[in-house]
Amino acid sequence: MLDVRRVASAFARQQPPGSQAAPPHSELAKLASRPPDVQRRHHPGRWVATAGVLGFLAWLAKTLAANQLIGWHAVGRFMFSPAILHGLLGTLELTGVSMVLAIVLGFILAALGASPNPVLSWFVRGYVWVFRGVPLIVQILAWYNLALVFPVLAIGVPFSSWHVQGSTNAVITPFLASILALGLHEAAYMTEIVRAGLVAVPAGQAEAALSVGLTRRQALRAVVLPQTLRVIVPPTGNQLVGLLKASALVSVIGGVELLTTAQRIYSVNFEVMALLIVASVWYLLVISVLTVGQHFLERRLNRDKIGGDRAAADTPDAGAASQEPQL
Amino acid sequence: MSPATGQPMVDVLGLRKSFGRTEVLRGVDLQVHAGEVMCVVGPSGSGKSTLLRTINWLEAPDAGLVTVGGEIIGYELRRGRLRERRDQEVARQRSRIGMVFQHFNLFANRTALQNVTLGPVRARRVSPVQAEQEARDLLVQVGLGHRLHAYPGSLSGGEQQRVGIARALAMKPDLILFDEPTSALDPERVGEVLDVMRSLAGGGMTMLVVTHELGFAREVADTLVFFDEGKVVEQGPCRDVIARPAHPRTREFLARVL
Repeated sequence: MLDVRRVASAFARQQPPGSQAAPPHSELAKLASRPPDVQRRHHPGRWVATAGVLGFLAWLAKTLAANQLIGWHAVGRFMFSPAILHGLLGTLELTGVSMVLAIVLGFILAALGASPNPVLSWFVRGYVWVFRGVPLIVQILAWYNLALVFPVLAIGVPFSSWHVQGSTNAVITPFLASILALGLHEAAYMTEIVRAGLVAVPAGQAEAALSVGLTRRQALRAVVLPQTLRVIVPPTGNQLVGLLKASALVSVIGGVELLTTAQRIYSVNFEVMALLIVASVWYLLVISVLTVGQHFLERRLNRDKIGGDRAAADTPDAGAASQEPQL
Repeated sequence: MSPATGQPMVDVLGLRKSFGRTEVLRGVDLQVHAGEVMCVVGPSGSGKSTLLRTINWLEAPDAGLVTVGGEIIGYELRRGRLRERRDQEVARQRSRIGMVFQHFNLFANRTALQNVTLGPVRARRVSPVQAEQEARDLLVQVGLGHRLHAYPGSLSGGEQQRVGIARALAMKPDLILFDEPTSALDPERVGEVLDVMRSLAGGGMTMLVVTHELGFAREVADTLVFFDEGKVVEQGPCRDVIARPAHPRTREFLARVL
């Protein structure tokens, strides 16, 4: 017969291997009172991995530097060449203008989408569905080739004969086609980001603003929008970085931008890799600057979270006031 | 202030409101007079909060009317017909009705002082300098003179609610609606908020208070209203209702909470 109690007590007495009874309390107190003198554990695995990574990086640097086919002299020569800088300016222009268009449109569409009127909200959903769903490169090509289906563009007063018109090819330059494609595509994402920002602000914030006599527009501007910014800025920063990189896609229609310029140069001198490196370095540089800017912007927007109390601004007379209600 | 004596400050007539299929207010009639403190008690979900929110038009009723200070809230009369008021008009009406929320709803991106000055500056068109001076005075009065520049996130619940009361007072309202002002507070913080409310009542402020604090009601309220299933079940002088509830539902409720 199995004596359950005896088996249980046997298990209880058994100590795991390597276990060691703690010294008596008086000894422990002596150990605790001394400054810490601990033999740290070693982590040989980490050292091996670190050595491996360093070795790999050294090998990579040596291989790249020694490779005569890359044409490092060309990298140096073209890094600050007027053509490349002009292309870089084009990229910045394209990204900046498209982003502004996308942010403005995003706010407008998000506001329309929040409307109780179903036509408005369905229109916005349809917009996001189309412009987010169709690949960006398709949209670029479509805007560039608009003249194929609408040869003439005209602006006029509806139901009257007054209008201005122009050849689509003359109006839709590669630059404008790029702006439209990048901006409208990006606006679909911005609409979703702004919508998320609006949803993230509790309804009570707007209600409190209304309760102190603000109109809905004032409540939106003074209370709701500033709080949406905190939610909107981080993903918008990501979108801006994405847009900067996506602007390279307009090289398919030959706009003035960094990658197109690099391609033009290497189509003549065949220094393909060197010019791609030049372009990459500039992209990384701009993105680094943007990232730093975003960091500071976010810190500013979150100052009420980190700072908590602007105690330094408190005036001494206020500090002396009693803590108890004295109405 | 109400233009004619005898006319109620707040007149609620036949108010009805449904959310989907749930009928939350089923014909509410209620009068609050200038200087009166009325406490509304009743089980959770009985429509007390919706009643307050309808009075300052945070919710539009399905039927019925509310007048405050002799003005119909949310509508105007044009040739015998009701017509929805414009946003600015509703905002002007709301600016005379203070509201204190259960969850404080302090503007999270503004300091205590800025919470109090927003309404006066934007809605009452007070100069920022004057608004700030008034806000300082009010915050000192509610015992927060040392927390003027604190953001809501660093204030305790009781402190936040006292800022909420100062924010409502800064509009110099004709009356203040309190929506369960102490329900979200730690028990030890309830007293500091009730103290402020008690002194407001003593100063003659017209107050409509939805609360579970029967002790406070007994001490401060002129009138007690028992509210259940979207209706006023019973109302009367506070002592009478508590001492001799006429309706069996009231008796049942009071027996459980007292």
